[in-house]
Amino acid sequence: MIFEAAFWLPVAIMAPLLAALCAFLAPQRMSPLVTMIGAAITFVAVGFLSALLVRDGPTRHPVGGWGAPLGIDLAADGLSALMLMLTAVVGAAVALYAYGYFNFPGHNEETKQRYASFWPLWLFLWSALNALFLSRDVFNLYVTLELVSFAAVALTALAGKPDVLRAAMRYLLVSLAGSLFYLMGVAFLYGEFGVLDIDQLKKGVTTAPSLAAAAGLMTVGLMMKTALFPLHFWLPPAHANAIAPVSALLSGLVVKGSFYILLRAWLEIFYPLSHTGAPYLLMGLGGVAILWGSLQAIRQTRLKLLIAYSTVAQIGYLFLLMPLLFVKEQSALALTGIVCFILAHASAKAAAFLSAGAIQLVTGDDRIASLRGLMEMQPLAVVAFGAAGVSLAALPPSGGFIAKWFMLDASLAHGDWLIAAIIVAGGLLAAIYVMRVVAPLFRQPDDAVLHRLTLAPKTMTLSAFSLAVLALLLSFAGIAVMEMLSIGAIGMLGIE
Amino acid sequence: MMGWESSLPLLLFLSSFAPGLVIFFLEEEAHTTRTVLNLFGALLKLALLAIMVPGLLEGRVYETRLPLLPEIDLVLRADSLSVLFIVLSASLWLVTTIYAIGYLEYSPNRSRFFGFFSLCVSSTMGIALAGNPLTFLIFYEMLTICTYPLVVHRGTPQAMHGGRVYLAYTLSGGVVLLIGVIGLHVLAGPVEFVDGGALDAVGARSPEALRWLFPFFMVGFGVKAALVPLHGWLPRAMVAPAPVSALLHAVAVVKAGAFGIVRVVYDLYGVNLAHELGLIDPLLIAAAITIIVGSLFALNQDDLKKRLAYSTVSQVSYIILGAATFGLFGAIGGLLHLVHQGVMKITLFFCAGNFAETLGIHKVSEMDGVGRRMPLTMAAFTVAALGMIGVPPTAGFISKWFLGAGSLQAENGWALGVLLTSSLLNAAYFLPILYRGWFKPQQGAWPEEHLYGRMETHWMLLFPPAITGAFVLLLGVLANMPFGLLRWVEFLILLEYRL
Amino acid sequence: MIDAATLYTLAGVLLFGMGLYALLAYPHLLRKILAMNVMGTGVFMVFISIAYQGPTQRADPVPHALVITGIVVAVCATGLALTLATRIQALTGSARLETDEET
Repeated sequence: MIFEAAFWLPVAIMAPLLAALCAFLAPQRMSPLVTMIGAAITFVAVGFLSALLVRDGPTRHPVGGWGAPLGIDLAADGLSALMLMLTAVVGAAVALYAYGYFNFPGHNEETKQRYASFWPLWLFLWSALNALFLSRDVFNLYVTLELVSFAAVALTALAGKPDVLRAAMRYLLVSLAGSLFYLMGVAFLYGEFGVLDIDQLKKGVTTAPSLAAAAGLMTVGLMMKTALFPLHFWLPPAHANAIAPVSALLSGLVVKGSFYILLRAWLEIFYPLSHTGAPYLLMGLGGVAILWGSLQAIRQTRLKLLIAYSTVAQIGYLFLLMPLLFVKEQSALALTGIVCFILAHASAKAAAFLSAGAIQLVTGDDRIASLRGLMEMQPLAVVAFGAAGVSLAALPPSGGFIAKWFMLDASLAHGDWLIAAIIVAGGLLAAIYVMRVVAPLFRQPDDAVLHRLTLAPKTMTLSAFSLAVLALLLSFAGIAVMEMLSIGAIGMLGIE
Repeated sequence: MMGWESSLPLLLFLSSFAPGLVIFFLEEEAHTTRTVLNLFGALLKLALLAIMVPGLLEGRVYETRLPLLPEIDLVLRADSLSVLFIVLSASLWLVTTIYAIGYLEYSPNRSRFFGFFSLCVSSTMGIALAGNPLTFLIFYEMLTICTYPLVVHRGTPQAMHGGRVYLAYTLSGGVVLLIGVIGLHVLAGPVEFVDGGALDAVGARSPEALRWLFPFFMVGFGVKAALVPLHGWLPRAMVAPAPVSALLHAVAVVKAGAFGIVRVVYDLYGVNLAHELGLIDPLLIAAAITIIVGSLFALNQDDLKKRLAYSTVSQVSYIILGAATFGLFGAIGGLLHLVHQGVMKITLFFCAGNFAETLGIHKVSEMDGVGRRMPLTMAAFTVAALGMIGVPPTAGFISKWFLGAGSLQAENGWALGVLLTSSLLNAAYFLPILYRGWFKPQQGAWPEEHLYGRMETHWMLLFPPAITGAFVLLLGVLANMPFGLLRWVEFLILLEYRL
Repeated sequence: MIDAATLYTLAGVLLFGMGLYALLAYPHLLRKILAMNVMGTGVFMVFISIAYQGPTQRADPVPHALVITGIVVAVCATGLALTLATRIQALTGSARLETDEET
């Protein structure tokens, strides 16, 4: 039984969910231990699931034995497996970091108590994300979207300050509105085609006006949640004001969840609309997001805001290749590029937020001007930030570079010079904002300031560092990603 | 081919990469461990080379392949051209490491310094061994990233400024190179470097596209090779500690740019195709302009390291001049200069570092009488400076001789004029230094003197320039001996010209 | 002539639009949360009108199941939003998103 992938589908969702309950009910000091056990089981589930997927191909699990169209099916293909693995790895590193972060001397008792809710919320988020990646039913995806939002908003609010509460509130409102847009789209889809299962929709869709309406509504809703320009306004305050481990989860994983649905929806449901202007519109918005977000990032004076605007910019890359997904010769390259980008950005951005958080704990404030000389004090955190920056700026050797190579290859082979130019320009702009942070770190330290600093614990810097190293090592993942994507997702590739 | 042989190029890379990573995690005080690791890596690299060189002469190819992208591997391949560059950088790395230990062992942040230092050399190895344009690009950018912390090592405002300018130039250059590499990939599919050129078929099919792509490669490499007007970063990067300057100028960065140009002209386009497409004449002109302009700038510098920096701008373009001169003699001269310039320039930087460390001398105008206080250093400086001018029997004379002969062979009489003018200019900015050092009396106390017992300076600072200075002479005097550098370069050029 | 189901659908869309307008237009958090619920109700009405399959046939049960699930989700969302809103009110003395400098 355990050697069948389908067995592990519900486990990957239930294990973190049950662990979340236990971590919530357990005494405060036991929470991390419970979390660790739950995380370990989830890790095993994701590992088995992915390995068996590689061996046996895509899998499906009818929950409760009902089966589509009435029941809700869970299913996994290569793309879902990659997302599950990404969530597990980034999430685990963040959890390790959080443990050090919460035990940093200098938090008072009240703060510590509030931070204790991190563990159940994080497991809850993990469970919701796994459910999202494994759902094959558009309504079920709505529910998982909401679950992800609830967990994410609650995590954002953990920091407890008025600024962050306002940011969390705005995040919640945008997120709910986005979900309702999505749900309205689901209503139109069901009204027209009478099914909710993606595989059945894939077979049944026709170019009807309600398909276009559904596409519009769902895309707008998901754009709000993914924070694609110009619907990104909620993201910088939320991501910048949350505590560092939460920022890492939000920027690294949560925005990818809604993008994952958008990607699937377009490849498997809305593909009859691919000849309309919609993919080009998304591409255009992506391009503007890259340029505008990068320029905003360059202008920031606060470290975490800079990183948050970098997320706004980097989300643009996810949309930049939308039209090429529907061109037969380029779709495999484009999809691989996008997925590589998701992986690279998640690990690099999480590493950037984690190291920024470590640095911020040490300096006690968030201004870029206070970073002076920290290379001498916290070399590991600084190197982690630098390496993450290498991937964000898509310099080789890094996952970001490989993703960009795929994207450039696809766009130039198709003759899209503009896309290529934006990709290249975005890389240079990213290098500029990364250097705005890195340069002061290398300056001569101000001895008077440095001597009173308390260093961040090794667990924090090490987990940031390992995520950054992962972002670099992803340079060798291109072929593996391509092979994973061919598991079960073949139907998605090469759709005209 | 046996299995272990295919891992040799990878080992060559790892022999500095792995120690570099370990060094990052060492305590500042772990003086011995760090030194042992550094020297072990450098010696291991030379030992690996000693295994490979005989095999290469027998015509064997050492190649490591790691799958990277569909159709494109990460290829590390030791061929005759890469070994030339590797022998140069591996040997100079050894002496520079010794020098750097002497220079920096009592200043802060040594682990970080030596860590990045090793990563730089590893990137250089990667550049030398790169078997296709993408691999080259990856290590080329890695070199950019790893040198930044070295340039800004002192953390002063000037250092930060120098570092910023350095990155602005090199990252932009990297982007231009990326466009060239990806453009070539889209045009020609996966391409690898081959002796004599790999693009003949593409050249026949779409010569125009290849003409368009060539400038991207030249600008991408030209930034690091400091081709005028892309040289602006080089003098500003002089704020770095002396071993870094030595490394930048002689072993790694500038050389990587020049090596890239040589690679593209010889092993990607192929010199015959580049000649047919009319691509090398513009390159020749750019090199000639750089040679003259660099020397003119050097004349006006009072800061010793800046004068040396502009001298590098000028001298590195000799290599490019050689590559852009169609004909065997010029080509031989260019490749010889790749090695000779490295050895000579590193000597000069070692000496400049010694003057600064021992006596606090940073300016040419402070050098009066320094020859009496530090005779050995000054002697090494003199040999290297004469080599730069091209005085026989130094190494510089040999390469300039071949370059001059090549210019005549290619019927570019004006290029010979450029060489002669440049030699005059070299003399004009080096001879006054020699005159001041040897013949002028000392004026007052030295700016900041440190005493090192009976030696003129710390032995670890004295030993490296003495060795490299001796090599400047040996490479000149023994140029024609069997198994010497000249033979190797001839062997290589015949391959490149498919003769 | 518009039939009842289409009318319901249009009404649902209209409610959705009104809710969206209110969400954007009013600064007070309680109004925003109410607006959100109006939007949700609009969506639910669309679902219910979809379930209608003519006077002689039984209604499609699936949309009803979806609406019930949707209501549960909406209740949770409202609960979370109200908690946040009261917390903001308690900390800042105002239940608005804009800080004083912004208004």
